Amino acid sequence: MLNRKVAAVMTSLAVAAPTLAYESTYNLPVGATDVSARVYGLHMMMFWVCIAIAVVVFGMMIYSIVKFRRSKGAVADQTLLHSTKVEIVWTLIPVLILIATAIPAARTLIVMEDTRNSELSIKVTGQQWMWHYEYIGKGVDFYSRLAADSNEARQLKSGIDPHGVKDYLLNVDNPVVVPVNTKIRVLLTGNDVIHSWWVPDFAVKKDAIPGFINEAWFKSNKVGRFTGQCTELCGRDHGFMPIVVEVLSKEDFAKWLADKQTAAKAVAAGEVAPAATETTTPAAATTTAAL
Amino acid sequence: MAHADTHASHAADHHDDHKPHGIGRWLFATNHKDIGTMYLVFALIMFFIGGTMAMVIRLELFKPGMQFVDPGFYNSLVTSHALVMIFGAVMPAFVGLANWMIPLQIGAPDMALPRMNNYSFWIMPFAFTLLLSSFFTAGGGPAGGWTLYPPLSLQAGDSFPLTIFAIHMMGASSIMGAINVIVTIMNMRAPGMTLLKLPLFCWTWLITAYLLIAVMPVLAGAVTMLLTDHYFGTSFFNPAGGGDPVMFQHIFWFFGHPEVYILILPAFGIVSEIIPTFSRKPLFGYDAMVYATASIAFLSFIVWAHHMFTVGMPLAGQMFFMMSTMLIAVPTGVKVFNWTTTMWKGSLSFEPPMLFALAFLFLFTIGGFSGLMLAIAPADYQYQDTYFVVAHFHYVLVPGAVFAIMAGVYYWLPKWTGHMYNMTLAKWHFWVSAISVNVLFFPQHFLGLSGMPRRIPDYNVQFTDWNMVSSIGGFVFGLSQLMFVAVIIQSARGGPKATAKVWDAEPSGLEWTVPSPAPYHSFTDAPEVH
Repeated sequence: MLNRKVAAVMTSLAVAAPTLAYESTYNLPVGATDVSARVYGLHMMMFWVCIAIAVVVFGMMIYSIVKFRRSKGAVADQTLLHSTKVEIVWTLIPVLILIATAIPAARTLIVMEDTRNSELSIKVTGQQWMWHYEYIGKGVDFYSRLAADSNEARQLKSGIDPHGVKDYLLNVDNPVVVPVNTKIRVLLTGNDVIHSWWVPDFAVKKDAIPGFINEAWFKSNKVGRFTGQCTELCGRDHGFMPIVVEVLSKEDFAKWLADKQTAAKAVAAGEVAPAATETTTPAAATTTAAL
Repeated sequence: MAHADTHASHAADHHDDHKPHGIGRWLFATNHKDIGTMYLVFALIMFFIGGTMAMVIRLELFKPGMQFVDPGFYNSLVTSHALVMIFGAVMPAFVGLANWMIPLQIGAPDMALPRMNNYSFWIMPFAFTLLLSSFFTAGGGPAGGWTLYPPLSLQAGDSFPLTIFAIHMMGASSIMGAINVIVTIMNMRAPGMTLLKLPLFCWTWLITAYLLIAVMPVLAGAVTMLLTDHYFGTSFFNPAGGGDPVMFQHIFWFFGHPEVYILILPAFGIVSEIIPTFSRKPLFGYDAMVYATASIAFLSFIVWAHHMFTVGMPLAGQMFFMMSTMLIAVPTGVKVFNWTTTMWKGSLSFEPPMLFALAFLFLFTIGGFSGLMLAIAPADYQYQDTYFVVAHFHYVLVPGAVFAIMAGVYYWLPKWTGHMYNMTLAKWHFWVSAISVNVLFFPQHFLGLSGMPRRIPDYNVQFTDWNMVSSIGGFVFGLSQLMFVAVIIQSARGGPKATAKVWDAEPSGLEWTVPSPAPYHSFTDAPEVH
């Protein structure tokens, strides 16, 4: 990483900022789940493997460029034509490196695909250009759209400086709320075109495809606010349907869910207009405190 | 264009050098050099059109907020930039080089099928007129990404049939070009030139031609199914009618992955010609290079689903595509090691073609490293559809394929025009391009890893710095390509006379046995190869 120092300075600045969305401006996050930490480990392992190969290969190239210059009187060795032995060596060594890296990768993949024994299932439906969340069997569901201030600022030539907007393009009206230390199963589908639900801190990215139901899972070890974005081109406002996940303590979540269920029942009974429940900012105070 | 103005002074050297005159020479061209020239000029024009789109994209991404373009138009730019660069710039440039160099390298008078050659070129301007005219239809240009994933691509307006028909035409053109290459190499080699004496540029093109014939019909089938889904009520990809949108992705990438090797194998061939010349040493491990190219071509058919790890494939499927993808690193590594060893104990000099070939070697390898990281399925979940992928494929396509094309042009340009070119300007072009291309694409790795998705016109403020750096690199890179045009035009107009060998070296290949510029009908008498 050529720009490591610059990046490190910028990261420290970013850490100081109160509305931090991700933890680094140049690398993957370690994230909030065991899986995301494993994925980060795999990523860094591959990175160092590449660096090691680069040192050898680029080293040879640079050595040749410096040492074997005609301008320095180098004479070409015309006998160096081929060698079956070295061809076999530089075929086998990469094979061994690949096997060594494929094993931990395969192990992590198996863990990521194991959605059994989940404690809460949330159905996530992507549509142009918002997300719909349904807590299966809990009687709670809502839409999640880009926050109004971001939406205003992102209009063409709005003249609003995005730096003054809270979590510009990474903020929604209704975040999806989940309990900490709980295995959450996410069921994904699409209503119109293909979307993709990505939360980097959970290492979850899965396409939301019309006619299909995809599965993914995460179990956050941390309470907090985690953001992500749609990562499959889904039309004009593809860049404007973020994801915000609020992870609460189990008690706070139970309280939030109970409030939501009461509100939903009230809507069903016709006491309150549906819009009122959708605009509630869930547990905003609790989350801010947690951060 | 490159040699059109220069033939008069040399015509006397070759008694059978009759060239047709006027516009008819180009409209009814059957000469491989004329057609090659047209392909190369066409590719250069498309490179600037696609590049202009990229400049607008980088301008909008210079800072957060929407300053210049509507998000829908932005998507059209992203889509058309890809289609123009892939099908309009890189592929025709390779076909142009193949037209010029294959007959010269195998000792043939011309390509085997000259009229089909003419046809395959003249389809291209019409295909791209259709594609680009779609920007002026209701709903604007195609905006569903060059991958045309349904159901999104089916939401397009009137641009849709134009795009589909343009893709059909490009496919037909590519297949005709590929047939011509195969027939020429298989039938018209000089006596004594066995397949394992074939120059590597011809070898890589031969394999590329088979890939083209294998996969362009697959793309044609996929886009035809889109067309019938849109207009004739079929439901190939429509879940409401029992169709499967993911099936399109499988079909598309069954074309798409071999396609990325179509975009890089001829580049391998060019670099394999240049590095030995300027190392003054034969290519190390010629046979291994041929077999490695063939292995890469074979593997390209069994790795396609690594483009779609996130669609929800079964675990076994993900495992298979992860492992098969990692395997590609092996023959690709063999190629890089052989190039490096070719330089080992050589006598290196650094003329513009060698500079571009060396930049290819370093920067393509960086693209290969990120490719290896992307192969790891669990990590790919984090990289998929982010700027990390954008950085990866631009590293292999710009300082990879495009630099190799530029290396090839700088290598053979004196053979085409008969004039040496302005070496100082060409070196300036190299250094400005090589530095700015890294300023442009390296920070995109950071953007992707820190969470910026691709194909978005606006972003959170935390991504501002790297986007600014990337945009500045982009503007410098874009402008520096004008130097390339200046060098080519100067060389076409005049300059110091080039010798038959052109370079102060012993370049191997039959193209260096004919005078510069090469005679109009390359080899009227077949040379003997020993």
